[in-house]
Amino acid sequence: MSTVALHGRAPRRPRYRLRRNLTEAAAIAFALVLMVWTLAPIYNMVAVSLERHGDVFTNNVWPEHPTLNGFWIVLSEGYWYLQYFWHQFGNSLYIGAATTFITLLIGSLASFSIGRMRLKKGWIISNAALLTYVIPASFLAIPFYSIMIKYGLANNLWAVIFAEVTFATPYAIFIFQQYGVSIPIELDEAARIDGASPLQVYLRIYLPLMAPALVAVGTYALLLAWNEYLYQFMLLSSTRSMTVPVALAQFLNSDEAPWNYMMATAIIYAIPPVAIYYAFRRRMTAGLTMGGVKG
Amino acid sequence: MTEVVAAGRLVAWRWPRLPRGHGRLHGADLRWSIAFVAPYAALFAAFAVYPMIYALWMGSDPALFAELFSDPRYLRAAINTVLFVGFAVNLQMVAALFLSGFFMRRRWWIKALLVIYILPWTLPAAPAYLSFHWMLVAYPQGLLNNLAAALFGIEGPFWFNHGWLALACDIVADVWKWLPLWTLILLGGRMAIPQDLYDAADVDGASAWQRFAYVTMPLLASLYVVSTLISAIWTFGDYSPVLFVSAGTPAFESEVVSTLGFHYALDFANPPLAVAAGLSLLPLLVPLMILVIRRLQRIEVQL
Repeated sequence: MSTVALHGRAPRRPRYRLRRNLTEAAAIAFALVLMVWTLAPIYNMVAVSLERHGDVFTNNVWPEHPTLNGFWIVLSEGYWYLQYFWHQFGNSLYIGAATTFITLLIGSLASFSIGRMRLKKGWIISNAALLTYVIPASFLAIPFYSIMIKYGLANNLWAVIFAEVTFATPYAIFIFQQYGVSIPIELDEAARIDGASPLQVYLRIYLPLMAPALVAVGTYALLLAWNEYLYQFMLLSSTRSMTVPVALAQFLNSDEAPWNYMMATAIIYAIPPVAIYYAFRRRMTAGLTMGGVKG
Repeated sequence: MTEVVAAGRLVAWRWPRLPRGHGRLHGADLRWSIAFVAPYAALFAAFAVYPMIYALWMGSDPALFAELFSDPRYLRAAINTVLFVGFAVNLQMVAALFLSGFFMRRRWWIKALLVIYILPWTLPAAPAYLSFHWMLVAYPQGLLNNLAAALFGIEGPFWFNHGWLALACDIVADVWKWLPLWTLILLGGRMAIPQDLYDAADVDGASAWQRFAYVTMPLLASLYVVSTLISAIWTFGDYSPVLFVSAGTPAFESEVVSTLGFHYALDFANPPLAVAAGLSLLPLLVPLMILVIRRLQRIEVQL
């Protein structure tokens, strides 16, 4: 760039350099503070999980006898709270996978019909969908629970799946609609002229072109279902049908407070979403970010 | 992707304008499009509309609201909710605005820092807040008080023995958890501002403050407002910081409406009162929701 050439020509004045170095030092100091702020609770999690059982109540900042035993106890289901750990982990996975698949299927079908086939008055549906968010999910949990009993889905993983899908799909439709605008409608029209049925247009043209949006929304739905606590707590009561976060909160009821096992469970439970966030992090914020400055 | 878009340009020809009524769906197409929408319509009716109507029905008895408003725990929780949302949302948005500028610096270590910085956002809420809880509890020593003792030789406070202090802890935990998300979003917004504008401002001799006030802020304002509104709606319904960090201690003093609702439903076996507590926030939530929906329709999505 031209500015670089300009700077290279004349020697810089020392005051300028001093000021720049001071700014840099301040930035690094600030970065360190930010690191401590960010990592303190995570450090705490790791430190507690490495405590020896019975050593949890100490004044130490770092465990005196760090041990991975806590993790081994969790993985081998060696404590009575953790009796069904792998089963519960499987439940979380099952709910996550089913929620993702159904959200993508229902959401993409609906937005294809509204946005691409231009169903008359379809916009009413996509706007009404957003009404789902008017009453926060946490306030709907109680009526939802009563209704699930009426549907005969009490203590059933599918009750949770329906709840998660209900809260994920309006967002999915919104993103699909907005993203779909960038795909030329003429592609659909050309396919129709070639004799493709609406189903073929959906499968062969719409879905492949929507891939980035499908990935973004799929990740969102998966993490929503994996991280959500309240509905899983309300709707799943038996230890065998529980998911990991519900089992985790069970520890709070204990007088014995096996916090090292709890933190080890928490870390194992947190690894999959953290990995997914890092893999897809550019996509995760996309729904809001770009184009926002134009508004 | 680019090939397909190119193909899209090739076939980008238009039908001549047809008379009214022609562009509408007919026969088989109409049936297809209705069939495509039907699964969502069924889901929406069975799992969104029905619970909402059921909630309105459960909370329709005026006596419930009389009971609610005469309960000092509810009044405290309502004040706490407003304080919680007001402080948590504005603190995290202002901090995110500032930090997104910080992360615009072009240094290799800034990129590394950003990778660590987003960790709280990626963690599931329950374990993250439980760790916060454990870090602060003082009956055995929590990490924070241990550190205070080790570094400065002072004895930290009992964080959850005082309602306002406990609520402040919840707010800090909430800010900690959600700050990275809003920073990333505002960072994305800042990166979308064309560099030419800053170059032009430099030519005019603008100071750093003027660049922020006259270039960044006007272009970022819309995104900032939408983000604040969305964050407020989320935070109104977010029970997890209070449930896991302070757990409403001491004696319901740091409860928010959503967590108090759980106590009504589960501990006091009065689900309708819990529903009424939730409904009592609607006069605050509905205007926020209308504002968001109106603003969102003006925003484009790019992935």
